[in-house]
Amino acid sequence: MSRLLVRGGRVIDPSQGLDGRRDLLLEDGRVARLEAAIDARDGDRVIDAAGRVVTPGLIDIHVHLREPGQEAKETVASGAAAAVAGGFTAVACMANTSPVNDSRLVTELVLGAARAAGLARVHPVGAISMGLEGEQLAPFGQLVAAGCVAVSDDGRPVMSAELMRRALEFARHFRIPVVQHAQDLDLSGEGVMHEGVASACCGLPGIPGAAEDVMVARDLILTEDSGGRYHVAHISTARALGLVREAKARGLNVTCEVTPHHLLLDDRAVTASGFDANFKMQPPLRGESDVAALVAGLVDGTVDAIASDHAPHTRDEKALEFQAAPFGIVGLETALPLCLDRLVAAGILPLARLVELMSTGPARVLGLPGGTLAIGAPADVTVIDLERELDVVAARFRSKARNTPFEGWKLRGCAVATIVGGRLVYERD
Amino acid sequence: MTEPAWTRKDLLGIGELSVAEIELILNTAESFAEVAERPVKKVPTLRGKTVVNLFFEPSTRTRVSFEIAAQRLSADVVNFTSAGSSQVKGETLADTAKNIASMAPDFVVVRHAHAGVPAMLARQLECGVVNAGDGAHEHPTQALLDATTIRLHKGRIAGLTVAMVGDIMHSRVVRSNILLLTRLGARVRVAGPRTMVPRGIETLGVEVHHELEPALAGADVVMMLRLQLERQSRTLLPSLSEYSRLFGLDAERMRLAKPDAIVLHPGPMNRGVEITSEVADGSQSVILEQVGQGVAVRMAALYLLAGTREARS
Ligand SMILES: [Zn+2]
Repeated sequence: MSRLLVRGGRVIDPSQGLDGRRDLLLEDGRVARLEAAIDARDGDRVIDAAGRVVTPGLIDIHVHLREPGQEAKETVASGAAAAVAGGFTAVACMANTSPVNDSRLVTELVLGAARAAGLARVHPVGAISMGLEGEQLAPFGQLVAAGCVAVSDDGRPVMSAELMRRALEFARHFRIPVVQHAQDLDLSGEGVMHEGVASACCGLPGIPGAAEDVMVARDLILTEDSGGRYHVAHISTARALGLVREAKARGLNVTCEVTPHHLLLDDRAVTASGFDANFKMQPPLRGESDVAALVAGLVDGTVDAIASDHAPHTRDEKALEFQAAPFGIVGLETALPLCLDRLVAAGILPLARLVELMSTGPARVLGLPGGTLAIGAPADVTVIDLERELDVVAARFRSKARNTPFEGWKLRGCAVATIVGGRLVYERD
Repeated sequence: MTEPAWTRKDLLGIGELSVAEIELILNTAESFAEVAERPVKKVPTLRGKTVVNLFFEPSTRTRVSFEIAAQRLSADVVNFTSAGSSQVKGETLADTAKNIASMAPDFVVVRHAHAGVPAMLARQLECGVVNAGDGAHEHPTQALLDATTIRLHKGRIAGLTVAMVGDIMHSRVVRSNILLLTRLGARVRVAGPRTMVPRGIETLGVEVHHELEPALAGADVVMMLRLQLERQSRTLLPSLSEYSRLFGLDAERMRLAKPDAIVLHPGPMNRGVEITSEVADGSQSVILEQVGQGVAVRMAALYLLAGTREARS
């Protein structure tokens, strides 16, 4: 097999505590050498990474690829293309497809589509309950054997405490995390935006932060009793994050992820946009103090991963009025530039910590290979140009969907090359 | 003082209006109120123009008020009163907008259960759009007619103490009124059960009360809100009698307000729930006058918007 030499870059690998100029040699789909200077051999493909940052391939552990069943929104192929364009070498896709990924057949279908696309690695997340109906446990063993890396009813919360308890217990057999979309449906009710000053003033029905908090509190008690492995998807409130912080301190096996939009926008953006449905997602954009707490959680280590919750919808669906439009926004192609510009360049988050939150951290959360450039690791690499300017123009997305609240944002820093298994699958021109 | 010119294509909410614009509408409405006194109540201002009443939520009185206003201005009126129908059938708002546009109306008056719908239509339609109530967001002509009613009796808005009582959370009437009254210098109090007053509403510059009596004390204007009976089935209220006991306005409680205080209600009233008949039909009630003011305010709105259309064409 041919060799790929990534030369002259600043290599940041949080798994090894490395931040320095190195040459990186990829051979037979693995990391072969990582040294101060490596000579190219005849026939080697060489990528000049001078002036650029070289990191373990970024991993997005929360995306919706919509296939099977909702291919008008996205397909595995279009989602994988969006992923590599955003610098991601791997994604974990949620089970709320149609049919739901609650069987080996759906898992295999998704993996087959991913192989055919040949871009990012796609790790399916199986359902917790059959049909996401919150009643009968899905066959975790069968799902894991087929390739699922976690279970989640994401899109729908597990409302039954009993079901959550059993899921946490049963998932231990397979050493997989139970990923919860933490939202008490009784408390969120008809809400469409965060319940706070902005909703009080504009009259849109609110979703209280408590809808998330009570669910996380309940699940942490169940995690403690079951000895299970629990992960909070898209955590969005200061109090839920505080609960996770305390639980970690007590030694519980709990992790959490946060999305770029919850880090960069608050509920005032909904009213400022004139009720644009591209600002509607679940959980909703929270209050200013929640945003500050989430950012603090990135810095202090409470947050384990940044994940996009890439949720594509068609133009027609998002053209509906705010209250009628579906929840969700895309994020694969904006996550890294947003974080580089608004968190790293803004001096809020060290670059090495961002790399950890987007590669080593997510790999650890789901127990995935990757997230490291250690010798022998999968040859998944992202090359980042911190100076490269990027205008967010949804019409140019590789995703089929255009539903972003960041249209028109001018950002600095993005992925310029994405390597999966030693193959250059994306290069920004 | 010269009055500012009206330059807006649409009337979407009080939130976007300046004090001068609000006063322009109020003053214009006052001159139209006089038309209602004449034996022939029609003026030819909008002859040949078409007003489409697009009501996705049933509201006979608001629709009829707009209809009379348009007719008194000699406009042709087309009513689409389809409670949620086209949305239920799966037609998107964009489709609806295209359908309306093909009829080439001059004005669309829209009522919808969802916030922001009039603004969306306004972006897509070349004609003028008037918000006749969108979700719990705004109901600008209601607030304007409340203001003309208050001015008629009190001669001013500035410096008055206005108490609004009821379901503050789900009321577009409250939001538009808060914006208008605070902008014109009134002291505004809102009062209602804790389950129906959203936290954070005080940032709009109002005093918040959870008991009726202190909210009424010394008030110049008492505005009772209609209790939405359909919401009562949920968890916001134990019963209508419980609500009535805590927040219903009767003659005794009314004595807490100033002796010359007036009582308003946007209608339709739930007699015996938020207001007793004794108060609703009493000497301090101006509820029926509000209806007349409603026509004048809507005439004023259509008239001013027509001016913008003239200037643009
Ligand atoms: Zn979710």
